[in-house]
Amino acid sequence: MIRQAFLLAVGAAVALVIAGCGERPQVIEYKQGKYQGKPDTPPYDAAPFNGNKTEWERTIKTRNQNQNEYKRT
Amino acid sequence: MARMKFLCDAERCIECNGCVTACKQEHDIPWGVNRRRVVTINDGVPGERSISVACMHCSDAPCMAVCPVDCFYHTEEGIVLHDKDLCIGCGYCFYACPFGAPQFPQAGAFGVRGKMDKCTFCAGGPEANNSEAEYKKYGRNRLAEGKLPACAEMCSTKALLGGDSDVLSDIYRERVTNRAARGTPGSPPWGWDTAYGRPDAPKPPAAPAAGAKS
Repeated sequence: MIRQAFLLAVGAAVALVIAGCGERPQVIEYKQGKYQGKPDTPPYDAAPFNGNKTEWERTIKTRNQNQNEYKRT
Repeated sequence: MARMKFLCDAERCIECNGCVTACKQEHDIPWGVNRRRVVTINDGVPGERSISVACMHCSDAPCMAVCPVDCFYHTEEGIVLHDKDLCIGCGYCFYACPFGAPQFPQAGAFGVRGKMDKCTFCAGGPEANNSEAEYKKYGRNRLAEGKLPACAEMCSTKALLGGDSDVLSDIYRERVTNRAARGTPGSPPWGWDTAYGRPDAPKPPAAPAAGAKS
């Protein structure tokens, strides 16, 4: 009777240890997605800039500086 | 050109909500959607501070990372935009965004959510520039007209700045330097005391120094 109980306990312990070894990582590896939508055109592509990036950047820079009141006064 | 960014100066914002109104008017935003809003800390308490918040166009955007249909993209200027034709309105981006920028219009009965709407930095979306389709889905494309976001350009106190991040940094640096140069440590030329505190107001009695004889 004692022997049977001992074997049962050993068996349960071995099963528990083996179950632990079989544990797999639950966190999946993150993969960066890639944009799947429609392509966009740059802001200087259409009128009034018609593809002139330099002119567009100059205009934006001027507007940017208009936000600086130390330069405006 | 560096990345396009917003910068809000909490020392200047007076919580007028002009930026919110300008945004709604410029893009014809429906009721219940607020691409921009003003948040006030310690409202009503002396020393309260307000800041105008919208999409911050993050360089490493969490909304982009969690979107299951990958409808977000960065433009050349670093602006975060999305394709509304692809968006399924799941709301993951709303949970991921630390600024609460993604908005969802109520599309039908029982709280059914529509496609996500957010600040576009007045740069429209993936449709032909200044087309009717672009205006209907994303609002006006001011950047394509050589203009900056309406909220920043009409800010009356110039608390909200928008544009090339390098230029904004220069503007802000100059502003802060001027503040420090004009002010004295006891009375800076801005803030609550300058606006509301009278110079001849009675000062509280100074506490006696430790060990002083009476």
